[in-house]
Amino acid sequence: MITPAHYMILSAALFIIGVIGVMVRRNIIIIFMSIELILNAVNINLVAFSNQLQHVVGQVFAVFVIAVAAAEAAVGLGIILAFYRNKETVNIDEMNLLRW
Amino acid sequence: MGEAIAFYTISAFILLFAVLVVSTRDTVHSVLFLVLDFLFVAALYVLLGAEFLAAIQVLVYAGGIVVLYLFVVMLVNLKRPPEAHQDPHRRTKVGFGLSAAVLVELAAIVAYGYAGPAPTPPAAAALPVTGNTEQVGWLLYTSYLIPFEIASMLLLVAMIGAIVLAKREL
Repeated sequence: MITPAHYMILSAALFIIGVIGVMVRRNIIIIFMSIELILNAVNINLVAFSNQLQHVVGQVFAVFVIAVAAAEAAVGLGIILAFYRNKETVNIDEMNLLRW
Repeated sequence: MGEAIAFYTISAFILLFAVLVVSTRDTVHSVLFLVLDFLFVAALYVLLGAEFLAAIQVLVYAGGIVVLYLFVVMLVNLKRPPEAHQDPHRRTKVGFGLSAAVLVELAAIVAYGYAGPAPTPPAAAALPVTGNTEQVGWLLYTSYLIPFEIASMLLLVAMIGAIVLAKREL
């Protein structure tokens, strides 16, 4: 019997993998992909509870999350391209212009 | 029984491909693993009875966003891999430690959820339509009309912003 707890654990595991990607990797493109994984983990939770409560409102919120993820990917990748044109790198360790 | 087998198989593939996305050296391979991961998440949505969202996941994520990532990976010259540059001030262990802290936090939340009584699902609000896509569409155009319009404005702003950022000179 698969309960919502199973989906929550799967979602938490996917979330943690995304967090590890954000914390440990240096390539900013990989970091953006890890953020997409985190957003997917959130969507799994929303859809699992939508299924549990027999109401589609969770799926409506998942649609909004996907729309925001698309906007974030477009703007983020635009920033990466603009930055790469200036500094010829995608390494976040070299992105330290605003560092204290 | 069949549902359990499907759930465990799909979950194993989702987690495997997620680990490969964050651990592979080659960025192009990482993007391709991301496509596979999104496809298996779409399969999970089908398992949960959210067919419309599964189609959106395949079309928007696997079809649109990942292609955008691939284009950027191709445009950016990765001959000098970012991982080769070693910053002595960077502490990878701290990253793992902070991730472990998030894991402990999530485990505490799950344990708390098990401790309390299971919430009884409220009576499902009767929608005047049947079928997954019809129900999602009905909610989007009635109760959530204003968020829907705001989302469309957000996408327009993101589109203009991406063009302004990526263009060499205006």
